Amino acid sequence: MAAEEKMTLETWPASPEKQTLEGKNKFLGFWLFLGGETVLFASLFATYLALKDKVPSAEHALAKDLFELPLVFVATMLLLTSSLTSVYAMYHMKNFNFKKMQLWLGITVLLGLAFLLLEIYEFNHYVHEFGHTFTSSAFGSAFYTLVGFHGGHVAFGLLWITTLMIRNSKRGLNLYNAPKFYVASLYWHFIDVVWVFIFTVVYLMGMVG
Amino acid sequence: MASQQTNSGNPRVDIEYRRKKSAEEMRHQIISFALMIFLTLVAFVAVGYEGFSSWFIVPFILLLGCVQVVFQLYYFMHMSHKGHEAPALFLYSGLLVGLITILAFVTIVWI
Repeated sequence: MAAEEKMTLETWPASPEKQTLEGKNKFLGFWLFLGGETVLFASLFATYLALKDKVPSAEHALAKDLFELPLVFVATMLLLTSSLTSVYAMYHMKNFNFKKMQLWLGITVLLGLAFLLLEIYEFNHYVHEFGHTFTSSAFGSAFYTLVGFHGGHVAFGLLWITTLMIRNSKRGLNLYNAPKFYVASLYWHFIDVVWVFIFTVVYLMGMVG
Repeated sequence: MASQQTNSGNPRVDIEYRRKKSAEEMRHQIISFALMIFLTLVAFVAVGYEGFSSWFIVPFILLLGCVQVVFQLYYFMHMSHKGHEAPALFLYSGLLVGLITILAFVTIVWI
């Protein structure tokens, strides 16, 4: 089956993302990348746990002074919901419904954007209200590296999905772009996986002390 | 993936079957999502309610986090489907290295 072939609902396969050799390779390669990302984030978590609350003097804010439950809760709900909306997008992709897939991807991007803006507000708040910056303490460096790396992943994911949506807006679905959409949605779920550990280990455990 | 294609000789029947299959999968995913929201709520409430000791809360919320990640990986990222042996190998290898790193850092680093 040629990747660029015009497809119809009748000819659209059950697993369009793995129909071509290129699609299969993308799928495999991307999971290898996610394995590497796991190691990357685990090392950042390890660094954070080792340097948590390590500040040079008593005036510096600690985790329990900084974090507030409501803000983290809203951020978590935004990202968790965006994970579901990208599941919806892949559901419509498998049913060969390009318009609905684009719609749900668009909603995913908006939710991700809201998350990112909230994080920018949060960092800004820590810097200006608490003097908690990247260079103010080892705790600050470890915190901004871990959470910032995640935020960077969100920003990259937003650009990636938006680019895919724009690039393929007139093409419709085919076996050439189905793996691209599928892999981008895997990436988006992985961002949520990392966030589950961030809100648990950094924020919730930070508030417990 | 010819093996995953149903072949009744009638494309309409095949489409109906597949639609039913994906609707069923969608239902599982909605249930996963509801459970994930619920687990998140429980974790936040456990921390917000100040009656528990941290010796209980920390392992408890970590466990909730792990359960949630399993839902995310196996349902949202389809690791429960066939053909995910290599992804599982990659992910668990990464996790093994990562967990050893975390163990090392929390036990042998002190400043």
